[in-house]
Amino acid sequence: MFDYDLVVVGGGPAGMAAALKAREEGVEKIVILERAETLGGILEQCIHTGFGLHYFGEELSGPEYAGRFIEQVEATDIDVYTDTMVLNISEDNVVTAVNNSEGLMQFKAIAVVLAMGCRERPRGALSIAGSRPAGIMTAGTAQKYVNIDGYMPGKKVVILGSGDIGLIMARRMTLEGAEVKVVCELMSYSGGLQRNIVQCLDDFGIPLRLSCTVVKTHGKDRLEGVTIANVDERLQPIPGTEEYIECDTLLLSVGLIPENELSKDVGVELDRVTNGPVVDEYRETLQPGIFACGNVLQVHDLVDYVTEESQIAGKGAADYIFGKKKGGTYINTKGVDGVRYIVPQRVNIEGKENLKLYFRVGQVFKGAKVVVECDGNILSSRKKVKLAPGEMENVTITPEMLENMTKDSEIIVRIEQ
Amino acid sequence: MKFDVAVIGAGVVGSLITRELSKYDIKIALLERHNDCAMGATKANSAIVHAGFDAKPGSLKAKLNVRGVELMKRFCKELNVPLQNNGALVVAFSEEEMPHLDELLRRGEANGVPELKVVGRDELRAMEPNIGETAVGALVAPTSSIVCPYELTIAGVENAVTNGAEFIRNCAVEKIEHKDGEFVLSTTQGEITAKYVINAAGVHSGKIASLIGDDSIEIVVRHGDYYLLDKSQGSLVSHTIFQCPTKMGKGVLVSPTVDGNLIVGPSAEDIDNGDDVATTTVGLDKIYTNAIKSVPAVSLRNAITSFSGNRAHPTSDDFIIGPSAVNKNFINAAGIESPGLSSAPAIAEMVECIMLELTGGLEKKSDYNPVRPEPVRFRHMSTEERAKLIEENKAYGRIVCRCETITEGEIIDAIHAPAGARDVDGVKRRTRAGMGRCQGGFCGSKVVEILARELGVPMNEITKFGGESKIMYHKTK
Repeated sequence: MFDYDLVVVGGGPAGMAAALKAREEGVEKIVILERAETLGGILEQCIHTGFGLHYFGEELSGPEYAGRFIEQVEATDIDVYTDTMVLNISEDNVVTAVNNSEGLMQFKAIAVVLAMGCRERPRGALSIAGSRPAGIMTAGTAQKYVNIDGYMPGKKVVILGSGDIGLIMARRMTLEGAEVKVVCELMSYSGGLQRNIVQCLDDFGIPLRLSCTVVKTHGKDRLEGVTIANVDERLQPIPGTEEYIECDTLLLSVGLIPENELSKDVGVELDRVTNGPVVDEYRETLQPGIFACGNVLQVHDLVDYVTEESQIAGKGAADYIFGKKKGGTYINTKGVDGVRYIVPQRVNIEGKENLKLYFRVGQVFKGAKVVVECDGNILSSRKKVKLAPGEMENVTITPEMLENMTKDSEIIVRIEQ
Repeated sequence: MKFDVAVIGAGVVGSLITRELSKYDIKIALLERHNDCAMGATKANSAIVHAGFDAKPGSLKAKLNVRGVELMKRFCKELNVPLQNNGALVVAFSEEEMPHLDELLRRGEANGVPELKVVGRDELRAMEPNIGETAVGALVAPTSSIVCPYELTIAGVENAVTNGAEFIRNCAVEKIEHKDGEFVLSTTQGEITAKYVINAAGVHSGKIASLIGDDSIEIVVRHGDYYLLDKSQGSLVSHTIFQCPTKMGKGVLVSPTVDGNLIVGPSAEDIDNGDDVATTTVGLDKIYTNAIKSVPAVSLRNAITSFSGNRAHPTSDDFIIGPSAVNKNFINAAGIESPGLSSAPAIAEMVECIMLELTGGLEKKSDYNPVRPEPVRFRHMSTEERAKLIEENKAYGRIVCRCETITEGEIIDAIHAPAGARDVDGVKRRTRAGMGRCQGGFCGSKVVEILARELGVPMNEITKFGGESKIMYHKTK
C-alpha cells in the first residue's frame, strides 16, 4: 500500500491541472494514475488548433495545450503512473490500480480527484435499424485511427451528429482525401461550436442538414450506404423523406457521456442531467474528500474551462487535506426556463469569494436575458446576443449576493425572452 | 483433404456434434463458411436453456429439450461455460390468458418438465417486483436457465480441436457428389472428401441437403430483433420473463444474461434471405412495446446495442434429425429453431448414436479429454488472484477494455487458443472486449493492434468479422 495525500484518477487536462494546483497550494504527496500510455488524455489525438484561446490567450493544438501541462507536471515530483487502470476506489479512499510493469497497486489517499473524462455515445444507444457491417464508428474512434494509428477508416463518409468531434472529423477526413457527403443533425440546431461549423463544414462546402437523421444502415461486410430522413418536431422520421446515400463509413458524433463507473462504485451521487457527480463550489462531491472535475463532472465545450474548473478542484482538495474547515451552510442551485443544469449544484452561502455557476441551455435563444434570482429577488440580469446548447455559459455570484440567503434559499438561473 | 466425417456448419449444433464425435478415433472436419464459429443464429438468440414446457408432447423438440436441459449441466461443467439456473416465468396479463398457463403446465408435465406450478398475482409480484401492473399470474419453471450461446459454441469447437478435429474456416460448401462410397465436397477451400456428412447448416440446411438431391427439408427464415441493455439494468428481473406464446413463437422475453446485461426480444417476421440480419424499425419498436408490458422499467436509454438473428423454422414445425432418405450416410441436423440451444447437447448425443449405428460402432480415443480449461476471466477474480496472475504474466496487468475490465493477456489467449480469434468480433465473443457500454469505442483500435501483432499482419488487414469487413483502408498522407 502506497500512502499519498492526493490521488488523481486520470491524467488528461483535468487531472493535470488539479494535481498542479494542489501542489501549488502545498500538497506534498500527489500521484496521477492515467490509463493511456501518456499523459494528456483525449487532447493527444486532437491535432487541430483552437485550444487555449481563453487560458493562454493563444491558439494551440491539443497536444501543444496538453504539452504545457505535461512539462509542468514533469518539473515537479508528482508521481505519474501511465498505462495504469484504476479498478476501484474503496469507501476509505484506497484506490486499487493495475498495470503491466508494477502489477496490482493500492494507493491510500486523504483526498481523491476524479478526472476520468467522458466517452462517446455508441450506435447501440440510437436504435438505428439495419445491418451491422464494418465502417460504423464513433467520430473519436475514427480520429484515433487517423491521427494516432495513421490509417484511413473510410473513403466516402456520412456523419451523424454535429457535435464538435463530428465537425472536426468532417474536416480531417476531407483533408486526408475522403469525401464527406453530409453531416446530419437530429435537432434543429447544431450541438457544436459555431466556429467549428464555419471552419470545418462551410469552408469545405460540406452540407449540414438539420432536423435529419440516419434511419437505416446498409451493407453486409462493409457499410455500403445509409438511408437518411427528415424528422418532425417530436424528432420522429417523416415518411416519404427518405434518401439513400452511398457511403462506406458512418461516423457518429451523437453525444458524450461522463465516465462515472468508478464514482458510482464508491457511492458518489450523480446529477441526472449532467450524468456527473453532484458537487459544491469547491467541486467536492457529496462523498467527503472525493472531488471531481473536467468532463467526468460535466461535458465541456472548451478545454480552457476544464483547466479553470480543475484548478478549483485542486484547491478544494488541498484545503481538505490541510483540514481547513469549510463549514458553512449549503443551498441548492437550480436551472429553469431553458437552463438545463447548473454546476456546481450546491453553494456555500458563507463563501467569501466570487464564484461562477456554469450552465447550458436546452435550445437556441436570441437576444434573451440570463436572470439569476433568489427568494424572489433578482440578483443579476444580463442580455445575450445568442445562447446555444453547444456553448457553456456562466454567471458570477458575489459574496454580497449571498449575504441575505438562508438555509432554505435556492439560487435560480433562468432565461427570459 | 480426406476425412471420415465432415460436419457442415459451426453453430452450436455443429460445434457440439463435432465435440461428441471427437471422442472417437476418426478424422473429423468442421466446415464453416464464415471466418469464425457461432456466426449464424447461434450468436443472435435469446440465450435461454428452456425448461421444455412449450414443445408439443411427443415431438423431437419436446424430447430433446428436456434431455438437453439435463445434459447442458455436464456440458457446461466440462467446457467451463457459465450456466445460471435463474428459472422462468410465463406471465398472463389478463384473466383470459390464465387458461393458457394451465395448458402450458399440462404440456410441460406431459413432456416430463419437473417442478412446474402456476402462481397468482401476489406471489408473482413477490418473485418479481418490477413486473407490469396488469400481470395477473404466471407459470413458474424453476429448471429454466441462461447460458451464453456463442461461448458454449466456441468452447465446444475449442475442445473438439484439442481432441483432434479440424476446424476449417471460410469454407462454403458449393457442391456435393457421392463417388466410390465417399462424399466429395467442392468448397471455397478446395475439395474435401468424407465418408459421412452431417448437415448442421442452420438457415441454409435445406440448401445443403438439396446438394445431394434431398429436397425434403423446407426452411422458412424467421427473423428476430433484440435489444441488449446496460449491465446497470441486469437486475431489473431475476427470472426470464415470457409472455403467453403465439403461433410465431414464444413471444418477447425480458431476461438477465449470464454476463449481467438485460436482453429484450425477439420480434418474429418471416423473410426470404437467410443472410439478412439487418434490424428493422418495426421489429425494434414491437419488442420495446411488448417488453414494457412485461417490465415497465425497461428503458431504451439504457440500450447498448441492438441486433438480429435468423431462426431456421422448418415448415414441418419439428427438428429434422436423422439419415437422409437419399443417402443414409448424409445425416441431417436441420430445422433447429427454438428450443435449439437448449436441445443442442441432446442433438449432439442423438447424432452420436446415429453415427454409432451407421458405422457399427467406433473406437474411442485413449487420450480424449472432455474438459476445456477455463479461460482467464480477470473481471471475476479477487485482488489476491489478480496480483498472483500478473506476477506470472505481465500481459494480464494491462487493461484493454475498460468497460468490461478485459486484459491484454486474455486477448492474446483468445487469439492463440485452439480455433482462436481471427477478427475483432472473434476477440469480442471470446473475451467480452468491446461488449460493454462504449461498444468498443476505446478498445476497438487496441484490439486491432493486438490482432495485427499476434497474427503478424498489417493493421489494415484486420477485419471486423472476416470477408470484406475491413476496418481501415490505406495509410494516411
